[in-house]
Amino acid sequence: MDAIWAGLQQGIRLLFSGDPAFWEIILLSAQVSGIALVISAALGVPLGALLGLMRFPGRRAIQAVVYTGMGFPPVVVGLAVYLLLSRNGILGSANLAWVPDLFTVPAMIVAQVIIATPLVVGYTMSAVSDVDPNLRLQLRSLGATSWQATWAILHEARHGVLVALVGGFGSIISEVGAVTMVGGNIEHSTRVVTTAIVLETRRGNLNMAIGLGMVMLGMAFLINLAVTQLHGKGQ
Amino acid sequence: MMDPLYELRDVSKAYDGRTVIDIDSLTVNPGEVLAVVGPSGAGKSTLLRMLNFLEFPDSGTLTYRGQTVRPGEIPLPARREVTTVFQRPALLSTSVWRNIGYGLRLRGRRDSRAEVGSIIRRLGLESLALAQARTLSGGEAQRVALARATVLKPTVLLLDEPTANLDPYNVGLIEEVVREMNEEAGLTVVLVTHNVFQARRLAHRVALLLSGKVAECAGTQAFFESPQDPRTAAFVNGEMVY
Repeated sequence: MDAIWAGLQQGIRLLFSGDPAFWEIILLSAQVSGIALVISAALGVPLGALLGLMRFPGRRAIQAVVYTGMGFPPVVVGLAVYLLLSRNGILGSANLAWVPDLFTVPAMIVAQVIIATPLVVGYTMSAVSDVDPNLRLQLRSLGATSWQATWAILHEARHGVLVALVGGFGSIISEVGAVTMVGGNIEHSTRVVTTAIVLETRRGNLNMAIGLGMVMLGMAFLINLAVTQLHGKGQ
Repeated sequence: MMDPLYELRDVSKAYDGRTVIDIDSLTVNPGEVLAVVGPSGAGKSTLLRMLNFLEFPDSGTLTYRGQTVRPGEIPLPARREVTTVFQRPALLSTSVWRNIGYGLRLRGRRDSRAEVGSIIRRLGLESLALAQARTLSGGEAQRVALARATVLKPTVLLLDEPTANLDPYNVGLIEEVVREMNEEAGLTVVLVTHNVFQARRLAHRVALLLSGKVAECAGTQAFFESPQDPRTAAFVNGEMVY
């Protein structure tokens, strides 16, 4: 118990110490998950809106794929990306310029995009579906073009869409399995908060692990606070 | 005699193999109030959606201002001459004021304070102007729906059971505004209603729609006082069970 308490105190000190190694890990985490979220949002929000608003053949099949993706274990995503990008993998062996190498930041971003996108699609679809289905027709009758009506509905569902983005970010910033497999937890290169916590705990360096853990807890709290606030505004 | 605004010839429309509209001939003339009456499921709302270019005939010809209406071929300015007030209004989750100004903003109007203020006063919505739409009663929401449609000064106003389930005050106010806009601005109105008394109060002509077909279309007085079709007589006398 004493060791945990001491680790907690030193972790707090570390938090305010300006230790470059500590903050490098935190900034890399924010960078990787931030870029992954932007890509997931660019892919997921339009697709979610399309699935929520339109009826077309194959929609249910796509929905089933999205729901499956929402429940994907991140470690399985990591394994799939590893197999794709490894030198013997389908993409890794093709030597294509746009295919990232394993154990790099772009590879970690690819894995996080695959984890976050189904969540963004699913939550956006749900938010858009919750908007009164008569609204689109009525806006069209007021002279809205198809795009203007779609934009208005997305605006109506904005709290739900923001919750989708916050939820997607929460899922990837706290994820450890996939980034370990495709990032490799390389110091000054691909080490992020979650992989560093695992490593420092194994090393017995509880100060660093607890300090990083507190940052993660702080981030999780802020994310949940944001979700709660947005839900409140949407009511 | 002015050319009709709308002309329907042998127009049919089906959903899942079930024919909901099968109209041999129907016209809507500029500046008139045409009431379309008939039982539930007669195709009245589908007809209105076709007149608002939100749906299109499977076969036959529907013309607006002499131009055949086809999907994707209605120029936006022509489409924006027509607007509908639906039975159950769906409003944006913002203030009454912004809901009423929505259509004007779509048309690129940055400053619409004068028009919005005027219609708000006309429909007795002054005290609700800044209220959130979700807090409105059914009658208030319907007045907002009428305001957001009429503020656009449309050529054609389509009304789909606009006063169903409303109290007499709201019914009276809505009917008064519609009559006024028709008489003063020459607004063409197509009114779908179950209420034969409302049709009699507002319409110049009345059409009875049964199973997607026009059973009879005549001037209001002739429709109610000397119907040619026995089904019209039964409907007018309240004998038609539906």
